[in-house]
Amino acid sequence: MLKDITIGQYIARDSIIHALDARIKIIITTILIIALFTIDTFSGFGFFSAFILVVVLLSKISIKKVLKGLKPILILVLFTLFIHIFLTKGGQVLWSWKFISIESEGVYTGFFMVSRIFILILFTSLLTLTTSPLQLTDGIEYILSPLKRFGVPASELSMMMTIALRFIPTLLEEADKIMKAQQARGADFESGNLIQRAKSLIPLLVPLFISAFRRADDLALAMESRCYRGGEGRTRLHELEFRYYDFIALIIIVILAVAVSFY
Amino acid sequence: MSLIEINGVDFLYQNDNSDRPALQNINLQIEAGDFAVIIGSNGSGKSTLAKLLNVLLTPSKGEIFVSGLNTNNRDNTWKIRQKVGMVFQNPDNQLVASMVEDDVAFGPENLGVPSSEIRKRVDKALEMVGMAGFQKFAPHKLSGGQKQRVAIAGVIAMEPECIVLDEPTAMLDPQGRKEVMETVEYLNREKGITVVHITHFMEEAVDADQVIVMNQGKILHKGSPKSIFRLVEQLKDVNLDIPVAVEVAEYLRREKIEIPDILSIDELVDALC
Ligand SMILES: Nc1ncnc2c1ncn2[C@@H]1O[C@H](COP(=O)(O)OP(=O)(O)OP(=O)(O)O)[C@@H](O)[C@H]1O
Ligand SMILES: [Mg+2]
Repeated sequence: MLKDITIGQYIARDSIIHALDARIKIIITTILIIALFTIDTFSGFGFFSAFILVVVLLSKISIKKVLKGLKPILILVLFTLFIHIFLTKGGQVLWSWKFISIESEGVYTGFFMVSRIFILILFTSLLTLTTSPLQLTDGIEYILSPLKRFGVPASELSMMMTIALRFIPTLLEEADKIMKAQQARGADFESGNLIQRAKSLIPLLVPLFISAFRRADDLALAMESRCYRGGEGRTRLHELEFRYYDFIALIIIVILAVAVSFY
Repeated sequence: MSLIEINGVDFLYQNDNSDRPALQNINLQIEAGDFAVIIGSNGSGKSTLAKLLNVLLTPSKGEIFVSGLNTNNRDNTWKIRQKVGMVFQNPDNQLVASMVEDDVAFGPENLGVPSSEIRKRVDKALEMVGMAGFQKFAPHKLSGGQKQRVAIAGVIAMEPECIVLDEPTAMLDPQGRKEVMETVEYLNREKGITVVHITHFMEEAVDADQVIVMNQGKILHKGSPKSIFRLVEQLKDVNLDIPVAVEVAEYLRREKIEIPDILSIDELVDALC
């Protein structure tokens, strides 16, 4: 069950989107997210959706896979939608019953927010779907590296992210296993009120944490025995390098973002 | 001088409350190109010894030399770690990256090898462990035996002279165990890499050049597999399982039946029929 979480898991393909430099992709995503927050019309969202569709087609990843990544946030999205529909007031009254009423303003904002969340998640998951975790962390390291002068441990941070990404599937698998083991002994994770459910997670989390710490110990030893001594003097299998089409992509995005924001 | 020389080494864990050091007066030589197997029951100090070989620990007393470099000298640490690679028991806890090739590249990257050279080393190392074509796989999609072979490739890519494997087969199914043992034997025989293999499966010791039996922090015996397997009673005393064929041969011998030194079922069958 837990294993099905696929938000932003890298899918290797041979496409121009994959081939773009990770740093450029991070910058582009940032620009697009900023642009997303400046627009306030549905036609703007429509434009962004079309843009996402084009990128997905170019990336050769199936649309189904991309949409599957949205599943885990569905609850959050529905929650947002309901909150707005029932609580945001203003405009025409569309429907009312006793003290509950739905007004047009609420419906509008609800769908507006939901579109924004979907597009936001799609942007970020497109980044992680098409960029290998290592390139991603290398990219972040590069972008953060000017801050090294102020004592920000950029290489170590990126190493931490690499390891975190590496261990997410392993830990999820393990959580799944522990859950099944506890269920086999009669543990119940699914019924009861919120507090009871939270309590029932303790026998899942404790063993998970203990094992994570043991793994961390082992991993530290393994890294040390493979000569890891911090970021200094490290080389890379895949050195990041800018190519001309990285800049072309960046320029296209900047123009698009500006156009959409001022449209 | 041997590739690895251990002279009068003691080791006591700082946080250990017991008075008995984890290792006591260890003297051992391992020649370049050898396949050495260390066996011993739980807590006998095998892992501690392994960690001393690659400077994850340094002796409390005595000295260890790896191709002439003293492990007590801090300046030698990184040189020795490059020469002596370590493979650990749990295949999940020693892979660093989310993609096989990035993981194999981790060691050479730390050594500062240029990127085109890393590419060559990674591909060669994966080929040597029979994992060519798995470059882009995620570690969690591999079987235990495959993960362990990737870990071995990660060490090979650093071009070490010696690999120390600390119970690499303990968590694997029989198929995975076979894959790993075949890989290690191939690397030793064909590529001339010295192997120190720690195990509690006695069968894995039959092809060794040298078998070292450890008990309670001391070396109990060392010698050829045949000479070690002769010591059926002593090995049983320290809770080690002897391969059935070896045990049967020993009992037959006791009944005054002429049996040459044998190590496997096949040899026993040949001797009897
Ligand atoms: N980090 C540590 N701190 C304190 N004592 C330790 C530590 N690691 C091991 N020991 C102790 O040192 C002794 C030798 O342990 P070691 O792990 O080397 O044995 P081993 O032969 O590898 O056993 P196993 O077959 O269980 O892996 C044991 O008595 C153990 O309790
Ligand atoms: Mg051990």
